[in-house]
Amino acid sequence: MSGLLDHLGPHAGFILASYGAAGLVLIGLTLAILRDHAAQKRALDALERRGGRRRSGREGA
Amino acid sequence: MASLIDLANPTRFMRFSAVVLPWLAAIATLLIVVGLYLAWFEAPPDYQQGETIRIMFIHVPAAWLAMMFYSMMTLSALGTLVWRHPLADVAQKAAAPIGACFALICLVTGSLWGKPMWGTYWVWDARLTSMLVLLLVYLGLIALWRALDDPSRAARAVAILTLVGFVNVPIIKFSVDWWNTLHQPASVLRMGGPTIHPSMLWPLLILAVGFTLFALSLHMVAMRAEIMRRRVRTLTILEAERLDRLAAQGVPA
Repeated sequence: MSGLLDHLGPHAGFILASYGAAGLVLIGLTLAILRDHAAQKRALDALERRGGRRRSGREGA
Repeated sequence: MASLIDLANPTRFMRFSAVVLPWLAAIATLLIVVGLYLAWFEAPPDYQQGETIRIMFIHVPAAWLAMMFYSMMTLSALGTLVWRHPLADVAQKAAAPIGACFALICLVTGSLWGKPMWGTYWVWDARLTSMLVLLLVYLGLIALWRALDDPSRAARAVAILTLVGFVNVPIIKFSVDWWNTLHQPASVLRMGGPTIHPSMLWPLLILAVGFTLFALSLHMVAMRAEIMRRRVRTLTILEAERLDRLAAQGVPA
């Protein structure tokens, strides 16, 4: 770790903070979208089990 | 063109996206890994900015994607208002949080790049301020979607606001040419070609394509979730109506 910090020079903190912040935002966004997708799929499956019908098929959902 | 019109059907989109998504995500991951390796281990430090140039490899693609997603939302807004395209407002709603996140990344990384290079995290110059306005427009559109219960009413209101907000996109792009700003002028997308050395340009372009495919993958998943949310809403209403009818006939549910 200290080797990396030495390599990045006096502004290592700014560089690592940039990548860290971008990583956090993208991981948070990805998890939020995947969780929403899973929640909608669960809700749709539950409704269909209770006898709900869609006009179109279930392909790909 | 015919195949694009075919995809306008939500069921066909669900089938198409289920096939395309794994490939898109895999190619995006590969490009991002290769791009990050080149950016960190092959690209040299800049002769003026030193190692802080590594921030450019995420800052610039984030800025491009923030503007690209807003442009996509504007096309979707036209699709909603002019052609009543069945997937247009789904695409627009799914794109807003993704564009907002890239605008946020652009602002945060720009700020962290500005402090060591300019001596300040923030200045109210045209480029920085117009990018902040873009983030605020994104947040306003997301709030408007949430404020209105009826998806079709919300879609029309959001579409009109999106079209109005698009005026900010060319302002962001050309702000560095129209006004004196602390931000450097365009060095990749400019008349006369890029001014960046290929050893830095290639990692930047590979990462830009990788992040674009990653963002499009997320957009596809978010669109699938939105289509399912609307089906859930419709089915819930139908189920409630069915239970009401049964209750009126005195039949237990």
